[in-house]
Amino acid sequence: MKKQLVLVGNGMAGMKVIEELLNQAPERYQITVFGAEPHGNYNRILLSPVLAGEKKAEDILINPIDWYAERGIRLHCGKRVSVIDRDAREVRTDDGIVQPYDQLILATGSLPFIPSVPGRDLPGVVSYRDLQDVEHMLAASRQYKNAVVIGGGLLGLEAAYGLLKQGMTVTVVHLLPTLMERQLDAAAATLLQQTLAARGIAFKMAAQTTALLGTDRVTAVQFADGSTLPADLVVMAAGIRPHIALAKDSGLGCERGVLVSDAMQTTDPHIYAVGECVQHRGQCYGLVAPLYEQARVCAAQLAGDADAAYTGSVISTKLKVTGVELFSAGEFQGGDGCDSIVYQDAGAGIYKKVVLRDDKLIGAVLYGDTTDGSWYFQLMKAQSAVNHLRDSLLFGPVSDSDGDSKPAVLDWPDERAVCDCNGVCKGSIVTAIRDKGLQTLDAVRAHTKASASCGSCTPLVEQLLAAAAGEGYQAPTSKPMCGCTEHSHDDVRAAIRTQHLLSLPQIFQTLQWQTADGCDKCRPALNFYLLATWPGEVQDDASARFVNERNHANIQKDGTYSVVPRMWGGVTNASELRAIADVVDKFQIPTVKITGGQRVDLLGVKKTDLPAVWSDLAKAGFVSGHAYGKALRTVKTCVGSEWCRFGTQDSTGMGIRLEKLTWGAWTPHKFKMAVSGCPRNCAEATIKDFGVIAIESGWELHVGGNGGIKLRGTDVLCRVETMAEVEEHCLAFMQLYRDEGRYLERTAPYLERVGLAYVQQRVVHDAESRRLLAQRFRDSQRHFQKDPWAELAHAAARDQFIPIADLS
Amino acid sequence: MPAFATNTQPGVAHAAGLVEPGWLAIGVLHDIPRQGARVVRTRHGDVAVFRNSSDEVFALLDRCPHRGGPLSEGIVHGRLVSCPLHAWQVQLDSGEAKAPDIGCVPRFPVKLIGTQVYLGLQPLAESRARLNTVD
Repeated sequence: MKKQLVLVGNGMAGMKVIEELLNQAPERYQITVFGAEPHGNYNRILLSPVLAGEKKAEDILINPIDWYAERGIRLHCGKRVSVIDRDAREVRTDDGIVQPYDQLILATGSLPFIPSVPGRDLPGVVSYRDLQDVEHMLAASRQYKNAVVIGGGLLGLEAAYGLLKQGMTVTVVHLLPTLMERQLDAAAATLLQQTLAARGIAFKMAAQTTALLGTDRVTAVQFADGSTLPADLVVMAAGIRPHIALAKDSGLGCERGVLVSDAMQTTDPHIYAVGECVQHRGQCYGLVAPLYEQARVCAAQLAGDADAAYTGSVISTKLKVTGVELFSAGEFQGGDGCDSIVYQDAGAGIYKKVVLRDDKLIGAVLYGDTTDGSWYFQLMKAQSAVNHLRDSLLFGPVSDSDGDSKPAVLDWPDERAVCDCNGVCKGSIVTAIRDKGLQTLDAVRAHTKASASCGSCTPLVEQLLAAAAGEGYQAPTSKPMCGCTEHSHDDVRAAIRTQHLLSLPQIFQTLQWQTADGCDKCRPALNFYLLATWPGEVQDDASARFVNERNHANIQKDGTYSVVPRMWGGVTNASELRAIADVVDKFQIPTVKITGGQRVDLLGVKKTDLPAVWSDLAKAGFVSGHAYGKALRTVKTCVGSEWCRFGTQDSTGMGIRLEKLTWGAWTPHKFKMAVSGCPRNCAEATIKDFGVIAIESGWELHVGGNGGIKLRGTDVLCRVETMAEVEEHCLAFMQLYRDEGRYLERTAPYLERVGLAYVQQRVVHDAESRRLLAQRFRDSQRHFQKDPWAELAHAAARDQFIPIADLS
Repeated sequence: MPAFATNTQPGVAHAAGLVEPGWLAIGVLHDIPRQGARVVRTRHGDVAVFRNSSDEVFALLDRCPHRGGPLSEGIVHGRLVSCPLHAWQVQLDSGEAKAPDIGCVPRFPVKLIGTQVYLGLQPLAESRARLNTVD
């Protein structure tokens, strides 16, 4: 008969033991798992992306309930074990389940630390620990406005960011004067606070909470200095404590945590313990990598390897706030007997510090650029002398290998760990990529689990993929712009701006492009960045334009083109339609179609006919509709108060005004607008890049929507009263997007990247910022707002539309 | 009779003893935009004559091996052109698609003498069979 193995705690650490054990000794035990939460186990580290709306709850599930059944594991979900009877060797739950064991694993995790202040039991006060807490916060965010997060550590900041993304006004309260003091030094903490403040999070530092006020629900937080903050939701994120009640009641040896030996055994040899509930050699851990290391040792012990031993972990931390790059490991503060080497570029928002003692790396803090974090972490764990690297340590591992610029991970020995969370070494990743033909990061995660937990080794895995899979591999977040350069989009833009670069060759030279003249990916992007940064100064480079923007028409599958003349606000008349009909007849255009953007599409025009078609259209007053460009496309409108019995404002007139202001503008990707005359929203303004909905008192402005592959509804930017205000907000938003959006990034992902609060700060709350942005947009329109069709109609330009010779 | 878009007359260079028979002057280098192309109509179909950033010239049938897109409208970089329809990359000097794509475009002889661009009337030997299959 199989021995009975019982796990109490269906979390990441406990289930890691089971997974490892199933690999090593699948037949040895009959396994029973008790979990207090009502689902299969999930990746608790990814709660923050769920709160921020970047992942769904089902995305973070590690093993669904079926998984247990398929492996013959008995799972008791939502059952709390209340008694361990060590004499009888059985556990009992609240509701009477009795389960005998030969071996027992305790993985009861931790409990949030709730400071003992009056009012802590009021509705609206939550901790941040499990999926249920996240659900409470999401529900509150839909109903309430003001959130206060108590605790400026890792968990508190992630909670604050998530609530901000859910549209709440968020203040972080922290007892100490700097954030994340257990992971960051003062310099990095200040940079972090500045970044988060710019995103829209408010801070109350060095503040001691004395009470939570309210009767039926929390309404405010009170501080020692007598001040108060309004709060509809209070998140307690002041730390965690090992959850040891069960172990303690059973008479197992406990201090802060459940005491375990190097074999992960408690004081009872039949009972093991792993995870956050454990105290090993005086240390309690709250991060996933050490917990997984413990789990592997525990599994090996249970599989019969009596020599397996856990000797403690060096830990590193990463903050999961989109767009904030932060890494910390080891003894980062420095101090007596230590040397600190610091690199700081305040302009670029980069700070790096490494700490050395006795020629060994013992700690690191990175902010803004964390690429080398895992390299430092490896150096720390290896405890090898780094004095020969000292001069170049801050510049990363590239300089470690005689000017050879290939990523250092390629030189790593096969047995070196790439993913510390899951303990996956380089060799197994490379083998999996090669033998299974893996092409994507997700595939590598699925097959090897590397980079599947905290994600901080993702750059290393990507480098291995890129090296093994070659050209076929495309990084999901395209860190370098393209294969021609190491630089990211943002780096290149910054260089164009700060170094006043004015042409492609100048960029290629200054930024040391690896190809002579770029490629079809980077050239169009660079041309856009140049034009957007220095309008009027930069010469548009036709050779860097995609065919559509070069020929000012939309190429079709047979090499003919489609032509869309601009119809302001979708309004036309008989003479315009007659002129279009004449063009269709004269040039025998095979298909005429009404577009989704309220215009007319002429399809199947031969390239050689384009200039003549344009010329005839121009005579009727038409200009290019830019239906082919990364540019302002169309402004869709409904008829509004002029005709509609429900219309509250002149939406058609508003749309025409916006289109007249913005046509001809180049943007990072196509840019669509719509204006609806009432909240029925017939112009579908809530799936546009910039949408306007008329309301009785004025206009509601929307941003960041699109249809397409990934549908995204807009976020409300603000409400304004006058048409002039609509215009100024529209221009300011377009300019901000043009300044900061990456080429081929639509407003939807842009908005998700920078956050609505940031855009509101720049475009709504800060009137001077809005005025300047709108003014810059108007200035650039002096250069951009020229009809390309008219410019190409003159004789010299027409040559490019006809063959150079006819020998047929 | 062939018709020409430029003032260059066919056979002039031949008469002047500059080139062997079988070559036709199709224009001057300047007529082709740098990092761009112009089309020559021939009995084999349109031929794209490319000029890259080093002022090298290449001639390929103007038809991508993937879905027949007009290569002459692609972005030219190094010795590659990216097809405007689905971004296949074709090597200008061999006509071969760049890996992992597989395909080949018929090549035509082309040369530059001074600033004059000459196109060979016959496709290159290795391209002839292929040209017949696409015709």
